[in-house]
Amino acid sequence: MSETIATSDRRALAPTLGPARGPDSVLPVAMDGVGYTVDGTTLLEDVSLRIRPGRLTAIMGANGAGKTLCLRLIQGLLHPTAGTLSHASGPVSLAGRRRIATVFQRPVLLRRSVAANLRHALKIYGVPRVERAAMLSDLLDLAGLRALAHRSARVLSSGEQQRLSIVRALAADPDLLLLDEPTANLDPYATRMIETLIRQAEARGATVVLVTHDVGQARRLADDVIFLNRGRVTEQTPAGTFFDRPQTAEAAAYLAGRLLL
Amino acid sequence: MGDAIAEAFRLIAVGDAALWEIVSLSLRVSLTAVALACLLGLPLGALLAIARFPGRSVLIVATNSLMGLPPVLAGLLVYLLLSRAGPLGPLELLYTPTAMIIAQTVLVTPIIVALSRQVIADMHQEYDEQLRSMGITTTGAVLTLLYDARLSLLTVALAGFGRAAAEVGAVMMVGGNINHVTRVMTTTIALETSKGNLAIAVGLGLVLMLIALTVNGALMALRGTQGVARHV
Repeated sequence: MSETIATSDRRALAPTLGPARGPDSVLPVAMDGVGYTVDGTTLLEDVSLRIRPGRLTAIMGANGAGKTLCLRLIQGLLHPTAGTLSHASGPVSLAGRRRIATVFQRPVLLRRSVAANLRHALKIYGVPRVERAAMLSDLLDLAGLRALAHRSARVLSSGEQQRLSIVRALAADPDLLLLDEPTANLDPYATRMIETLIRQAEARGATVVLVTHDVGQARRLADDVIFLNRGRVTEQTPAGTFFDRPQTAEAAAYLAGRLLL
Repeated sequence: MGDAIAEAFRLIAVGDAALWEIVSLSLRVSLTAVALACLLGLPLGALLAIARFPGRSVLIVATNSLMGLPPVLAGLLVYLLLSRAGPLGPLELLYTPTAMIIAQTVLVTPIIVALSRQVIADMHQEYDEQLRSMGITTTGAVLTLLYDARLSLLTVALAGFGRAAAEVGAVMMVGGNINHVTRVMTTTIALETSKGNLAIAVGLGLVLMLIALTVNGALMALRGTQGVARHV
């Protein structure tokens, strides 16, 4: 896998990244006063946020803060029990949901080869048959998995599986790519490859939302940061502001590595 | 007893025409019934595994219970349907191999539905969120799960084949055990044993066991090949 974009200052490059998305784009995505309660337990409360096109948003916060739940709501896998979630074009629709792709923390790969996993995704996403071979080849190169194309996806290393998951999501040519802790439990080398892939996803025009516990990763990648604490958004701010001048004691403690109890 | 076994091996070795006619019909009936049961049962099992609708639990309990459907009861049901006074009487299928196929299909389909539902439900639990995030249709999800569970589903089909090949009550009732027409291995074994003609009964028993071993061996070899392929 080649690293096509320098890691030093992606923000400066951001305006040139990726093709412009059409008028049917789901972005921006907005949550207004969203809550999610299950069996009497409130997991998210009065969450309002904006996912803006072309900007990588990191969602941070302690375990159980509601980060992954936010992603599931945005993807449409769950529905808010309070408030509204909307896409640029209006209420969430099936067509809109198909413009959003999610990569889960633990990749769920089909019991097939690497190439067959990608072929399945291309078919599901409605890519015309004549275009699939070229796209498959492109995605294998993007993930750096060409040599492993015929190996069972389930015997790949964790990093390889996560790269496959990401390019499978890119097969949808999504407006919005949701990544749920994609580098959890990966070593620095595998993490670097995933981060390179994230940049390449942006270069292809996908807006990325990244849930991460890794403060260093958020510093390297994020344009905006949303900080969640116990189901509430306590900060939504440009990354520079968040890291230099956190506005809440919880965010300051989190960044300082203190235990949030 | 020893003479009977020796005679059985001789019949197999010389390719006794009567013996192989019975074996051939048995395989044709049971394999066709299992194929039909899979055609009906696998999509139904997959739908029961992933769809949520009123009455689903009742259907699951019903199919699980029907796995233990006594062959004679399945035979009686098909007999009533196909008998001259029955709704399908005009088709004149009673005492034909087709009637036996129908009876075995009735017997095997609940096994295919119940076991495939369990296999696919387990896999669906793992795949569900990923597939939904891809915006897949229900039909697409069913096809994906059926394909990915194919090796386990082969075992399900094998269980169905075991049931079909071994049963005697249903085919006896709707086939009538007519020589050269509807006589299969199990009905012949029952008949020849009652007549004291143990050689052909033992011979057919050996063939039945040989078929079971061959099918199981082939399946294990296939699974082994797939297992190796996963690690190259």
